[in-house]
Amino acid sequence: MTITRRQALAVTAGAAAFLTFAPRISFAATPDTDAAIKEFTGGATPTEGTVSLDTPEIAENGNTVPVGVTVDSPMTSDNYVESVLILADGNPNPAVATFHFSAMSGAAEAKTRIRLAKTQNVIAVAKMSDGSTFMDTKEVKVTIGGCGG
Amino acid sequence: MASPKPRVKVPKKAEKGEVITIKTLISHPMESGQRKDKKTGELIPRQIINKFTCEFDGQVVFSCDLDPAVSANPYLQFSAKVDNSGTFKFTWVDDNGSVYETEKKITVE
Repeated sequence: MTITRRQALAVTAGAAAFLTFAPRISFAATPDTDAAIKEFTGGATPTEGTVSLDTPEIAENGNTVPVGVTVDSPMTSDNYVESVLILADGNPNPAVATFHFSAMSGAAEAKTRIRLAKTQNVIAVAKMSDGSTFMDTKEVKVTIGGCGG
Repeated sequence: MASPKPRVKVPKKAEKGEVITIKTLISHPMESGQRKDKKTGELIPRQIINKFTCEFDGQVVFSCDLDPAVSANPYLQFSAKVDNSGTFKFTWVDDNGSVYETEKKITVE
């Protein structure tokens, strides 16, 4: 089998396009998000689990995306969730909201509605009263972005 | 802009030690500071609610720092454990320094 000039060009162009665009997709906006997580946890890397994010798989309108967060905790005065940070890694500014709980909260759960600029990951980081940190990540597909206009 | 109107849903009665759900909503445009005026092309300055606090008889139960990524008319749902009758006080703080407040009473049986 011989490779024609046309085929050779097509393969090269394809490879070049892949190399140019692939890294951009996978690493988009993460440095900002990482920095925000580090600042919140005080340098520690949060463990997966304990926190669970409740987000829609597909959000038609990026202007109001319902987001809920629940942390598994007994919520007693010596063992409770101090705060939960919500981040959206594809927004112009990844910070979304920070919830501060207390032992009087009874349950560490909160819900709100947020803006998402495009399809991206929503991240929740929880900080416990003993200093341990946990996180959860969910991808939300956005049909119409919620920024600008 | 009309003055933001807070709306809060708290159960009127609860049992001792019950964990209740509180829902709050306030009418506010939450101008993100990212939008451009379509006529002049200039950025519309940021004006959002940046802090929300819920207190029960003077003790903070739940508070929240909000960033521009929270939707217009910010809605918040959270829970609180009630051991005795009392008053919930809700406070929203605007970027321009305004403070919006409302109160709700709860009876514990």
